[in-house]
Amino acid sequence: MTRSQSMQPQSAVGAPVARVDGRLKVTGSARYAADHGPADGIEGVVHAVLVEATIGRARITGVDTRAAEELPGVLAVFHHGNAPRLPYRDNPFPDSINPPGERLRAFQDDRVRFFGQPVAVVVATTPETARHGARLVEVRYAAERVGTDLAAGTPGGEPETYGRGDVEAGLRSAEVRLEMTYRTGRNHHNAMEPHAIIARWEGDRLTVWEKTQWVADPRNELAAAFGIPQESVRCLSTVVGGAFGNGGRTWVHSVIAALAAREVRRPVKLVMTRKQLYSGVGYRPAYEYAVRLGSDRSGRVTAMAHDVRGETSRYESHADDMALGRMLYTTPHVAQTVSLVPLDVNTPTWMRGPGWSTAAYALECSMDELAHELGIDPIELRLRNEPESDPATGSPFSTRRLRDCYAIGAREFGWDRRNPTPGATRDGDRLIGTGFAAGAYATERMNAQAYARLDADGRVVVQSATSDIGPGTATSMSQVAADASACRWTPCASTWATRCCRPPRSRRWPGRWRASARPCRTRATCCAPGRRPRGHRPGLTASRRRPGRVVVRDGWLSVGTDPGRGETYPQLMGRNNRSHLEVIGSYEPPEESGFSMYSYSAIFAEVAVDARLGLVRVRRMLGVFDAGRIINPTLADSQAHGGMIGGIGQALLEHTITDHRDGRIVNADFAGYLLPVSADVPDVRAIYVDGEDREADPIGVKGLGEIVIVGVAPAIANAVFHATGRRVRELPITPESLLG
Amino acid sequence: MSSSQPVSGDPPPDASPWHVSRRTFLVVTGVAAGGVAVGLAVVDAAAPDAGTVARVALAVNGEPVVVEVDSRTSLLDLLREHLELPGTKKGCDAGACGACTVHVDGRRVLSCLTLAVRLEGADVVTIEGLAPAGGALHPLQAAFIEQDALQCGYCTPGQIMSGVGCIQERHTGSAEEIREWMSGNLCRCGCYVKIVRAVEQAAGEV
Ligand code: FES
Ligand code: FES
Repeated sequence: MTRSQSMQPQSAVGAPVARVDGRLKVTGSARYAADHGPADGIEGVVHAVLVEATIGRARITGVDTRAAEELPGVLAVFHHGNAPRLPYRDNPFPDSINPPGERLRAFQDDRVRFFGQPVAVVVATTPETARHGARLVEVRYAAERVGTDLAAGTPGGEPETYGRGDVEAGLRSAEVRLEMTYRTGRNHHNAMEPHAIIARWEGDRLTVWEKTQWVADPRNELAAAFGIPQESVRCLSTVVGGAFGNGGRTWVHSVIAALAAREVRRPVKLVMTRKQLYSGVGYRPAYEYAVRLGSDRSGRVTAMAHDVRGETSRYESHADDMALGRMLYTTPHVAQTVSLVPLDVNTPTWMRGPGWSTAAYALECSMDELAHELGIDPIELRLRNEPESDPATGSPFSTRRLRDCYAIGAREFGWDRRNPTPGATRDGDRLIGTGFAAGAYATERMNAQAYARLDADGRVVVQSATSDIGPGTATSMSQVAADASACRWTPCASTWATRCCRPPRSRRWPGRWRASARPCRTRATCCAPGRRPRGHRPGLTASRRRPGRVVVRDGWLSVGTDPGRGETYPQLMGRNNRSHLEVIGSYEPPEESGFSMYSYSAIFAEVAVDARLGLVRVRRMLGVFDAGRIINPTLADSQAHGGMIGGIGQALLEHTITDHRDGRIVNADFAGYLLPVSADVPDVRAIYVDGEDREADPIGVKGLGEIVIVGVAPAIANAVFHATGRRVRELPITPESLLG
Repeated sequence: MSSSQPVSGDPPPDASPWHVSRRTFLVVTGVAAGGVAVGLAVVDAAAPDAGTVARVALAVNGEPVVVEVDSRTSLLDLLREHLELPGTKKGCDAGACGACTVHVDGRRVLSCLTLAVRLEGADVVTIEGLAPAGGALHPLQAAFIEQDALQCGYCTPGQIMSGVGCIQERHTGSAEEIREWMSGNLCRCGCYVKIVRAVEQAAGEV
């Protein structure tokens, strides 16, 4: 495996060290939001269960709560008819990622905007009673006509447009023209941990134990909803059971829990059911993506028109970034329109590789179709369209090692053994195919702040406002901290925690940086008692005058010219009577870097398609990634596997089906919405091309968490075409789509 | 409230939900300090639906417990909400994800589909009881760390309890066999490749 080299010798960064919180997680002692209780000082928790609308669009004409309220143990039932009016200050970007529009509020009016919208909440002393009570609440509606079908919907507002060159002229003069429309199903994040919150008021101060990817967001949104200062809200989120983008926003159930807690004067725990997650939080919207493509016979793509329609809610406009088609290939003539179709649905949100993974499906399948049309190898076709600088902006790429990804991937996967003819390879009843796709994901940088403290015992503690949704943030941050302080990395019993009450300007976009780790994310500890090299003499006299000449290695400070003369951090601090040293560091990305920065992927997949049943199985998959510096290859592999396996779901299994008569999602559970399981995932492998990206950020990371899913679905779809000779232009590729 | 309760030992009425509830109670008897449950609550005999409460004696992680449970309470909720053992996770509450896997009488079961009232005399082991607190890890727990067979960790307790079951059932003849017998445990973070490796590794050790 190719691995990134680190700058420093003896570097903790780049080492495949084990997760510092591994023991917590394998012993069941890691505490997720809903796991908190008396042991954490939360006494007297009561339980809240949501009542959801059973109609897609309506006015509520009455709520009968009597039966529920008569149930012993039920403390209260709240709905729009009796809930207090909340101030709901605006909370726009950048304090939140609330998209443009009017966000859904907690029981503030009688409107039902989508099937499954929370319309009441039952609070009771036990979960059993609260659940029972929720079933007894009767809601009456004045029904209205519901529209949930993307294909039948009308775009709202003006589309977002992009253009370069003259795409219509380019298409007219092209030697080869292709036109096709791809459709993608709606995907749900379905993190294993359901969204959950415990809310506790002390006077007018609110503490929440919340599932979130960005701890500042619940603080900001709850402060805005209740009209209290941000300083009055404390959000605690130590470990998060997966989020994939859905923990970026603070959804209405969190406000409902806080509202209930304030009214019943008890801490309230609200855990969503799996079914409620299909309408109560976000999802990757369904898209229609039309491509018109013009090329010459040698495979140079001269013109490409992208017309995209995606679903959003009627109350907010969620837009994914569909920029992939502008920058991946040289193409001189490009036009793009992205329209949002408002429907009677809840608002979508970012989901792993948002926008880019959807666009990659359309773009990379269309390139595969062109390769087939022209009889050119799919990788060779990409190479013929590989740009030297960003065709969308003209800027140089900070780093773009996509050619290396292709070459390494082709070699490791055995691409040259491929028979290019579709449907030509069989293994018994199974048709075998291989497919390839490329991908990119924008490297985004935000302000960040971290607090670092060096204790007298030589321990370094770094804190920032974040949460760990699974990438191993505490581990990789502590590796970065060890190198930054030139200390030895020791896996301390990690007592890391995340809190956000006062400070931090550290921003986090859902998943965008969920990568091979950036600095400044969470609290990380590395033990650095400092070791004096054998035979070395203590004392650092020269350092006072020329601190720039002090060299630190392994926690040992010495003067450049005399490595033998030096001392450890504890000695230095002891000599100066200091109990600790602390500093707050900030990072602000430059306004204009002058570079185009992206992570890249090259995905190779082999599938076997049952010729009689249409069942598709992925046999093996290889991803080669240009993600900049890899902080920890072990954690990176886990991320990469996860992204690629998520891509298997996107390609072959995952979509919700809506009954357009009432807007009900008919498969809102794990029995009907299929996720990849172990048996779906044989051999998955990731390779990272060497190198860091010094333009991207100070530690050379471009980001891995998103790119690992971009290109997976089209690689599988292209493999299915290669296996069967049938081009299915809709995700997921189900057995019936291959049998029809 | 009738005069028959609360009895001494009850938390003060305002500090605890227990006294209010007529449906789900926890009684701890015969558990020494340091047992799995804390506090003492007493069934409200005057509760109108007291008929739906049953007394069950079982062992949880080796500790004998006697609980008075609402007949609707699942083993999962008993562990998480009433015995303060939140290591066992709720992913779907419908038998479809495996996050709630525990061992009952040595077999892996889905605790969300197991009614607590059915567990008279049962021996329940959860992730918290798989290895002694602070002591050596079970080989599969160690293998999960070594192989990095986890990310967010939410499915992990269920994966490990299921993996221990898989090993005991001797369904570890090949990676393919492990994949089949571990496919009841979803991992949305996509750790399957490493989970299979961890089970393979531990199967070779135990
Ligand atoms: S919670 Fe029991 S199987 Fe999902
Ligand atoms: S580790 Fe996150 S669901 Fe398995």
